[in-house]
Amino acid sequence: MSLEADFTELDEGGERVVRFSGRLTIARLGDVPQRLDALDPQPTRADVSAVDRVDTVGAWILHKLTRDYGAEIVGASDYAQRLIRQVTIADDPAKTHHDDESHLRRILQNVGEATIEALSSLKGLLAFFGGLLIAAGTIMRHPNRLRLNAVVQRFETVGVSALGIVGLMSFLIGIVIAQQGAVQLRQFGAEVFTINLVGRITTRELGVLMTAIMVAGRSGSAFAAQIGSMKLAEEVDAMRTIGVPPMEALILPRVLATTLLMPLLGFYSTVLMIIGGGLLCWVGLGIPPETFVLRLREVVPMTDLWVGLLKAPVFGMIIGLAGCYQGMQVRGNNEEVGQRTTAAVVQAIFLVIVLDAFFAVFFSSVGWD
Amino acid sequence: MSDDPIISVRGLRNCFGEHVVHDNLDIDVREGEILGVVGGSGTGKSVLLRSIIGLQEPSEGEISIFGERMDCATAEENLDLRRRWGVLFQNGALFSTLTVAENVQVPIREFYKNIDEKLLCEIATFKIVMSGLKAEDAPKYPSELSGGMRKRAALARSLALDPVLLFLDEPTAGLDPIGAAAFDNLILELKEALGLTIFLITHDLDTLHTICDRVAVLADRKVIANGSIEELLALDHPWIQEYFNGPRGRAALAAKG
Repeated sequence: MSLEADFTELDEGGERVVRFSGRLTIARLGDVPQRLDALDPQPTRADVSAVDRVDTVGAWILHKLTRDYGAEIVGASDYAQRLIRQVTIADDPAKTHHDDESHLRRILQNVGEATIEALSSLKGLLAFFGGLLIAAGTIMRHPNRLRLNAVVQRFETVGVSALGIVGLMSFLIGIVIAQQGAVQLRQFGAEVFTINLVGRITTRELGVLMTAIMVAGRSGSAFAAQIGSMKLAEEVDAMRTIGVPPMEALILPRVLATTLLMPLLGFYSTVLMIIGGGLLCWVGLGIPPETFVLRLREVVPMTDLWVGLLKAPVFGMIIGLAGCYQGMQVRGNNEEVGQRTTAAVVQAIFLVIVLDAFFAVFFSSVGWD
Repeated sequence: MSDDPIISVRGLRNCFGEHVVHDNLDIDVREGEILGVVGGSGTGKSVLLRSIIGLQEPSEGEISIFGERMDCATAEENLDLRRRWGVLFQNGALFSTLTVAENVQVPIREFYKNIDEKLLCEIATFKIVMSGLKAEDAPKYPSELSGGMRKRAALARSLALDPVLLFLDEPTAGLDPIGAAAFDNLILELKEALGLTIFLITHDLDTLHTICDRVAVLADRKVIANGSIEELLALDHPWIQEYFNGPRGRAALAAKG
């Protein structure tokens, strides 16, 4: 006898009988459930005396015959009867999932949800900023509540440990700008303007912007992941109960670190970009370093440096805020930590670039161009 | 048949570096019984469980399940054995990104790819209801459930493949007394209905008294005694006496009597 579950339909004295054989277990079901669903006419009796093993799934299928067709089950062993009783008790007719909605409606719903999500995230960020300002106000009134050790530790992770990678990136970008600029300017015989290009674009824009992107990827994501994991482990709640406000202990040190260190890192990055550009000018264009520096002092006004350095703390604050805010939004499961970390980086870089555009308009309208 | 033990462990030795957890440990689990394993913290109850289910390679000794040596089994035989048992981990170990229903469906999908969606959904629902949850809990995520409900959802997942052998690691830890008693009854009921053999690690004296057929005591790196609680009480071992005759032990005994 085959082990695969199977059944035959018979007519016995006016009754439709399905006679099962084989094993009614999940491993041997084959296409029996589909065939049973398509039965016509409906059986009035199910004979399982030839079945040699039943599990809960088999019992469930028999139970459905009784429930849906009113079929009587005969020939079941004690064990099979027990199983059928068990699954009958476990049959809860409550609906377990929603009806399928139309495609268009789902798209509209997704668009709507995404819009609300984006707006509420922005609103949440503003509220979070407000909370941070209040915390900062408290600290100013009670300076001894500032967690100096936490701040200094963040200085190290955000600033000192980033020096290597930010420096290398800046140096290479400086070389690339100079090289690409030289190729274009050579067509007009104006290679010497490469110095203007490198000097001005790095001090005004790229030094700070590239650093911001690097810090968002390095520290903003780390903030979101750290705080998110702490939320999941209820460490943040524990802090609140002990009487340590998370705003002061977790968030302020981090935002302070990014805000204060962004100008420093940005300046460092600008210097290395200029060194990279200068090196290319020397090697590629034959402009000696002394000439490069002299020319730099002529063409780069002091205001360019201010433009870059004034933007930096604002960018730093946004990166720190977005990281901490997204971290604090984690609730539920581990996957959320990953999503919120991504959201922190995306939100930070997006806001930095939007603000950079506003700054560009602002500084040129005040005449710093 | 019931004379042959379902699980048989002989001469098990587990050590982590210098630290020996088990040495020359023997234990048997017979068909159709609920074996409770007790022992002080750090006596290696969980390590024993992990060794039996193959999550921890023992340093020495042999483990047979359903009469087959675990260390000699090929990968395929191993997989075949695995679908015949279910494990309920201490904290449930539900996949947090899947709903309760999807959690229950994971083992079924893995082993039986030909089951269609509708039947899968029905199977998941009745397993969930069988474990004492409601059908409307099926689409919920583990984070939306209370501790007791999470245990039940995890039990539903461990029963997904209709195992004949069930491993439970502290099933009633962290539950309130009413919830714990209900969970004990559920285990007993499912064991009767589905004909399960259960290997149970617990600290809950009430659980030991109400549902365990036999209790094995782990101490001094081996099983120092096993038998019914009455038999254990007759022994003159200080730890066993303190465990079952301490204030909590006596209270549990009184509650049963």
